[in-house]
This record gives sequence, structure tokens and C-alpha cells, in this order.
Amino acid sequence: MFKLLPDTPSERVTVLVDDVTVQVPPGYTAAAAMLMNTDEATRTTATSNQPRAPYCMMGVCFECLMEINGVPNQQGCLVIVSEGMRINRQQGKREINV
Amino acid sequence: MNQACDLAIIGAGPAGMAAALTAANRGVNVVVLDEQPEPGGQIYRGIERVERTRARHLEWLGPDYAAGANFVRAFRNAKIEYLDGAQVWQIEAPANDASPGRLFYKRNGAVGQLSPRRVLIATGAMERPMPIPGWTLPGVLTCGAGQTVFKANGLAPQGRFVLAGCGPLLLLYAAQLVRAGVKPAAILETTFNHGAALPHAWKFFTTPEYWRKGLALLRELKAAGVPLRKNVTQLVLHGDARVREIEYQCGGKTTREPVDQVFLHQGVVPNGNLAWSMNLAHAWDDAQRSFRPRLDEWGRSSTPGIFVAGDAGGIVGAKGAHATGRLAALAIAADLGKITIEGRDQQARTPRAELAKHQAARPFLDALYRPAPHWLAPQEADTMVCRCEEIRAGEIRRLVTEQLCPGPNQMKSFARCGMGPCQGRLCGLTVVELIAQCRGVPVPEVGYYRIRPPVKPVTMGDLATLDVPVRPDAVGL
Amino acid sequence: MADFDAIVVGGGLVGTAVAYGLARRGRKAVVLDEGDIAHRASRGNFGLVWVQSKGFGVPEYQRWTRRSSEDWGAFSAQLQKETGIASGHERPGGVTLCLTEEELDKRRRMMAQLHLEAGETNFEYEILDHAQTKKLIPAIGPQVVGASYTRYDGAANPLYTLRALHAALLQHGGRYVPNARVEHINAAPNQFSITINGTTYAAPRLVLGAGLGNKALGEKVGLNVPVRPVRGQIIVTERVAPVLPMPTLMIRQTVEGTIMIGESREDAGWIDTTTPEIVHTLAERAVKTFPFLRDVRIVRTWAALRVMAPDGLPIYEQSRDFPGAFVCTCHSGVTLAAAHALHYAQYVIDGALPPELARFSTRRFDVQAAA
Repeated sequence: MFKLLPDTPSERVTVLVDDVTVQVPPGYTAAAAMLMNTDEATRTTATSNQPRAPYCMMGVCFECLMEINGVPNQQGCLVIVSEGMRINRQQGKREINV
Repeated sequence: MNQACDLAIIGAGPAGMAAALTAANRGVNVVVLDEQPEPGGQIYRGIERVERTRARHLEWLGPDYAAGANFVRAFRNAKIEYLDGAQVWQIEAPANDASPGRLFYKRNGAVGQLSPRRVLIATGAMERPMPIPGWTLPGVLTCGAGQTVFKANGLAPQGRFVLAGCGPLLLLYAAQLVRAGVKPAAILETTFNHGAALPHAWKFFTTPEYWRKGLALLRELKAAGVPLRKNVTQLVLHGDARVREIEYQCGGKTTREPVDQVFLHQGVVPNGNLAWSMNLAHAWDDAQRSFRPRLDEWGRSSTPGIFVAGDAGGIVGAKGAHATGRLAALAIAADLGKITIEGRDQQARTPRAELAKHQAARPFLDALYRPAPHWLAPQEADTMVCRCEEIRAGEIRRLVTEQLCPGPNQMKSFARCGMGPCQGRLCGLTVVELIAQCRGVPVPEVGYYRIRPPVKPVTMGDLATLDVPVRPDAVGL
Repeated sequence: MADFDAIVVGGGLVGTAVAYGLARRGRKAVVLDEGDIAHRASRGNFGLVWVQSKGFGVPEYQRWTRRSSEDWGAFSAQLQKETGIASGHERPGGVTLCLTEEELDKRRRMMAQLHLEAGETNFEYEILDHAQTKKLIPAIGPQVVGASYTRYDGAANPLYTLRALHAALLQHGGRYVPNARVEHINAAPNQFSITINGTTYAAPRLVLGAGLGNKALGEKVGLNVPVRPVRGQIIVTERVAPVLPMPTLMIRQTVEGTIMIGESREDAGWIDTTTPEIVHTLAERAVKTFPFLRDVRIVRTWAALRVMAPDGLPIYEQSRDFPGAFVCTCHSGVTLAAAHALHYAQYVIDGALPPELARFSTRRFDVQAAA
């Protein structure tokens, strides 16, 4: 959905977005990493499985909920990427493993 | 662990940083909590890294943004305890000076607690919801979101994109992109009431800083050949798994064209859930079409010991926020005996004059960029109002007209609207506008959601590990 | 002047249930309600339709509760048929989970006593050990030592129930008047009138279903209604996939998927805010009971004020000074909603409460006062 502008430093962090290895600049949020690497929904809603994607990027709308390192429903726009981070789309309600 | 301090400031934007600097310089022991990883607020998002590593981006983003670098540096260098990545989820009102209320926050996965003698809420602004058909589709973001990923991440939209709505941010973001070589397919301006702004124009022109900037942006966009459509109405976004087309009316003609991204904006409103959760008294600001906490000239709220500064107390803009932050800090320093009342009043002169200057521009801007009525209270029954619980305008209207639902709290009960993860942030104003319109009464008569802590998403485990006494007498079999 | 068969004061679960019952029987009923900000126990309710642990030492209450719980299915179906709104009622049985042997022992004694007191109503229950409980609800943690179970228990969505009652009331020709806080009542036997915002509502029957407001309103029609607020605090989580197959006394999963943790009980006067101490204590018990809850996110907490009589029982009475004036109040507005709609409304029409409700008369307070 978004592209990197020119004149950006070349340093990168490797993360997995939906199990695909991608490289993003350090300091990125998980939501920004998603926006850079997908054109479509980054979650489906817990209410009716509607497709949604990041909307406000400042922590108020909760549209960027994603599963980060196995923890569901994290606000992707507030989590900074780290090497090897696993970022997955949130599919509907979170599952509980008992 | 319950750390005592003189002053806790929530938010490290212009108001919070200015207040922290002013207070710290007067010997006040300050803790600043902010949920972002770096100081600067939304206005100076990512400024430290941009300055350090993306010199050309700094140029594209412009001098107002670049000015944040020195500000943030001063903040970093001052004797201030700054807690980055800290989400404040509850603040109790202080019982009295001897027993301050507790402040609860989450940081690095753990809960923390403070006992501040004074609290300054500087949570800034958020973009006013713009509920149009299709606004929940992936690929539709707020203008502010677009600008945020430019500042923080050096990202720009890809493909064919449009900016739609009203307010200065629309033009600013478009110009910043143009400078970076990324051209919007169009700017669709929904500004409709130029006439209403006219009476305030004279005062506006006494603030050259504002109108010169506006004109320069327009010239810049024109030179770049960005189509600017005015008086746009009937905005509709179409799509499936993402936005595909935008439809609108302009000059009596309906246009429907493909689009990859849409950036919506119709001004900003106080980011108010924390203030609401503390039951601070609020007033309806009709010019800004939003509620704001009732404050005195120092930013004192209705609750003793609790202050509000910056856009969180009513939209004043970055520079106005800076001034209100300093004023609140002076009052707090005097309250705590760090400066005299005379000293406070004397030192308040400069920020007060600054504030007056920036406030002079507000009435014109507020009138000119007042959102169109049909996007304050959407007319189409299918338009989503509560994005979380997926409650549409038609259902809300029906509950008012048919079931005489009197206000937003009963609406919450009846329809679940406002009950999702965003805790009503993205639907609150729309819901009260809709109810007011259907009931035929002014918005303040309708009221607002009752917001309760936690205002940030903590887990059950966080609550279970709080360092507070247990009450087995009140819970259990 | 607007003439009605009955004026109901209070638009919560209790008042609306009675008004709906009246309207369904062809009576012209008007509900006078407060506005958007009011102390509404109905809005803060936990939503159990609960039988076990109700009526300990008071068999009449056990029977009344059981009757309502038996009626709930039909009541819910009827509301859904009339309004299209599902109340979310389910009756899969319910458990009270115990975290210590002491709790389980106490529970065992209580259930035995209830069984004894049930008499011909019969009260079947089971005391389960950890393994048996885990079979019913696999998500329990190792600290759960056991549970009491009855098949009579269930839950409903109190908010959808309230919405459905409002909708059904209107469908049957009832009137709902919001922003109509009642301060004065003109009372004569079987003749009542209330003037609000310039309109006078008159009727031969008056039902006080105004919760905590009934205390002051009762005085105006010769009814002693000594209710006081008892604060309850509740936590609710984000929506999660189905994990709790049946409600438990303090933790249940709603049809939407959210999990509710509640409720505390404490005297806090009229203060209806939440407190970190109570929320902490609820959360601590919740994660001990269901360890998976540790990582689940909270969406909201809230507090509401229960409407509590000194002995915790409902208050049902007709005024002796002003026949035709009834009070209907309790702290189990959800559980008893069916009984109020299906039966209490008929008693109001009949102009007499039946002997089985005598135990809930205000006379018991006279006795208490004399003693």
C-alpha cells in the first residue's frame, strides 16, 4: 500500500509478515511494516469478519490489531519491530488455547 | 512500587514538552509519560530520526516540522523523567494535597504506578471521525495517518490516491508529498461555508503567519498541477477487500474513478478519553463542534490538582499548545510553592500574549473548516458509525426516532455502539450529533459517553498483578 | 391530560418488564423514565438468569426465582417473535466455581439446605470435584477445587433484553417517555396523576419500578421501600472465540464473545465509579479460575448500584393507603424479568398480590422495626 521514499538510510531489520520474510527500516512499527508489504486487509473484525487495515496510525482507532510474536490483538501502530519479529494478520476473534 | 512525584504529564507533544520544561526549570520534579517511542507528539513524530538520518525528508516536511528538533533536544536534555512507550490507563482524582490520586500505566509489558501531586493531561488531538460510505475499507486512512507514516517511516502512498475532506492538514500533507515527488490524483475539498468564515477574516489577516502559509501551500500545489476540486459533496468509497473507486459530486457532476488509497480529514478534536474517564466537567464548543474540558485561564480542570493543556483542552494548534503548556506549568509551580504568585503572573505574560496571537486565527479557521453537516451526522442508513461493533447510522436513527433512546449511554446499551476496543473514540461525536439531530435538540443536551478506566488496553493479568490492596470482603463466594 | 390504565415509573428492566406485561394484556401503559444519565442497574447488570444460591433460608424466593427461570425461555422467544431482537438467553446450566476447600464446603452445605427447603419444587444439584468440573469447562485452572452445578441456571444479555422490552412495549401500544424524572405524585385510591414537562399522566394504577428511586417515590404513596445502593463492579474483555460453554457465578462469556468478570459487592453510597482495589481483586480471582484470561485484554470496567433491601429480597407490595399503587423492586432484574412481565403485570391488573408473594411484602420491615 505504501512505498519507501528515496533518501532513506539503508539499515534494515528482518521481520516475518504473514510468514514471509521482509526487510523494514529500524524504528518501524508493526503496522508500518504491514502497510509497506500488503495492499489488503491486515485483520478481519471480531464482529463479522469484515476486512480492515490501519486507519489512524496513532493509537486511537484499534483498526491495526494484529498478532505479534504469537500474542493476538496487539495495536500494531504502537509496537516497534525487532529482528525476527513475527507479525500476522488478526483473523476475527482471538482463539483461546486451553 | 508507587513512585511519588510533583507533576505527572501525560503526553510528550508540544503542550506536554513545554510544560515539562517550564516546570522542571522551576524546580518541579516532573515525570512525563507518552505512549510513543519518541517525544514530539503527532506533530513532531519521528523528528529525532528524521533529523539524524533523513535530511531531505526534513526539507520536504517543512520548517514547522523541523522546528521540533530543537524543542525535542531541549526536552531530552532537561532534568525530566521521561517514560517512553508508557500507556496511562487510569488516573484517580487526588483526595487532597497530602494524598494524591494514583496514576496507573503500562510500559514494557509491566504495570507501573505513580502518586503525582499534580497531573497535566496533554494528550493532544485526534482526527474527527469522517463517517462516509466505505470509510472502513482497507486503503482508506486518515490524512494524519498518511502524514505520520511519512514522518515516522519515510513512507508514501503507492498508486493512485486522493485526499478528501477539509482543513489545513489536507493541503499540508499534499504539499509535503509533492515535494517528495509523489503526486496526489486529486484533492477533494468539502469546505462549504466560506461565507460563515468571512466575519472572522479581518482578525485572521492580523495573523500573517497563518494566511501566508495557506496561500503558499495553494500556490505550491497549483504549480505542481495537483487538481483541487472545491465544494465536493456525496463522497462514497467503493471496494471489496480494499478500496477500489471513489465517487463524488462536484459542480453538479458525479465522478466515479479508480483509486488505490484515500486519505480522509475533517479537522481535529480533543483526544479526550482520559479526561472523560476522570469525570472532568466538559463544555460543548460549538465553533469546533466538539466537547472540551472546562478549564480556567491556567488550564485547571473542574477536579482540583488536574490540569489540561494543548489540544486536549480544545484545539489551539501546536504553538497555542506550547503556550498553554507553559501557563499550566507556571500555575502548577506556584501551587507547589516553587514560584510566587507574583512570579507566576509576571512570567505568564509572554505565553499569554503568544496564546492570544494564535487564538486570533481560530475563529476564522473553525468557521471555514467546519465539517459539512452530513458528515457530522451521516444521512445514508448504511454508513458505519461505530467501526468496532459495526453499528450503522440507520440503526442509531431508528433507536432514537422509534424507541426514543435519549442519549449516547442508552444507545450504548441498546446497540452496543461505543463498546468495542476503541472505547467510543471513533464514534462518540458522530453518535451524539445523530441523536441530537433526531431529537431536534442541541448536542450538549444529549451529552457524551460515560468513559471508564482503563482507557488503554491492559490485560487481565495486568489488573491481577496491580500493587494495590485486595478486597476479599467485596469479592468472592 | 393523558389517560392510561397504568403509569409505570422507571424504564429499566423491572419497570419495562411490568409495563410490557400490562401492554400485552391490552392495558394502556406509560413508562416515565429518567434521561441518559441515571443510576441504571439494568445497564450495569451481569446478566445471569440464576437459580442456585437464590433464596437460601427463604423458600418463597427460591420458588419465585425458579418459576421465573422456567418461564425465561418462553418469555425470550415471545420477545424475539414480537421484536426480532434476541435476548441472548441460554440455559445450559451453571456452576459456582470454588477455589478453596472451605469455599466448596460452604457451597455443599448451602446447596443441601436449598434442596431441603425446596420441598415439592424439587431442587436438583451436583457437587463436582476438579476433574468433573474440568469435564464441563475445560478452561478451568488447577486452583479450582470443585463446583456446585444446577441445570436451572443460565444467562441472557441484559442490554438486548432491555432493548427488546422497550421495543415490545411500544409495539403493544405502550408509551415511553424519557427525560421524565418523577418528583411529585398526586395520589388518591386507584387514582394517580403525575405531571412532567407540562403533560399530566393519569391512571388508576401506579407501578413503582424505579429501583433506588422507589424509596423516595414510595413515601409519596404510603409505601415503605427501604432500598439502598450496593455497588457492584464488573470487568469485560475483548471478544474471544467461544471458550466457556456455560456461565459461572462470577465469570461468563457473552454471545458476542466477550468475557464478563463480576461482580463485587460493597457499600459505597451513591458513588458509581470503579476502584483499582476491587478491579484488581476481581482480576486476581479471574486468572486463578481461568489462567487463559491472563493475556486477554480488557475493553471496559464499570460499576453500577444494586437495588438492595435490608434482607436482600425483592419488595412487592400494594399500598394500603393508596390502593392501586404497587412497588416492584429487586436486585435480580434479569432473572426475574420473566416473572415480572408474565405474572406481576397480571397482579397489578387484578389489583391484588397473591399469597405466594406475601413474604416479599413491606410488612416484614414493620416487624423488623418493631423487633
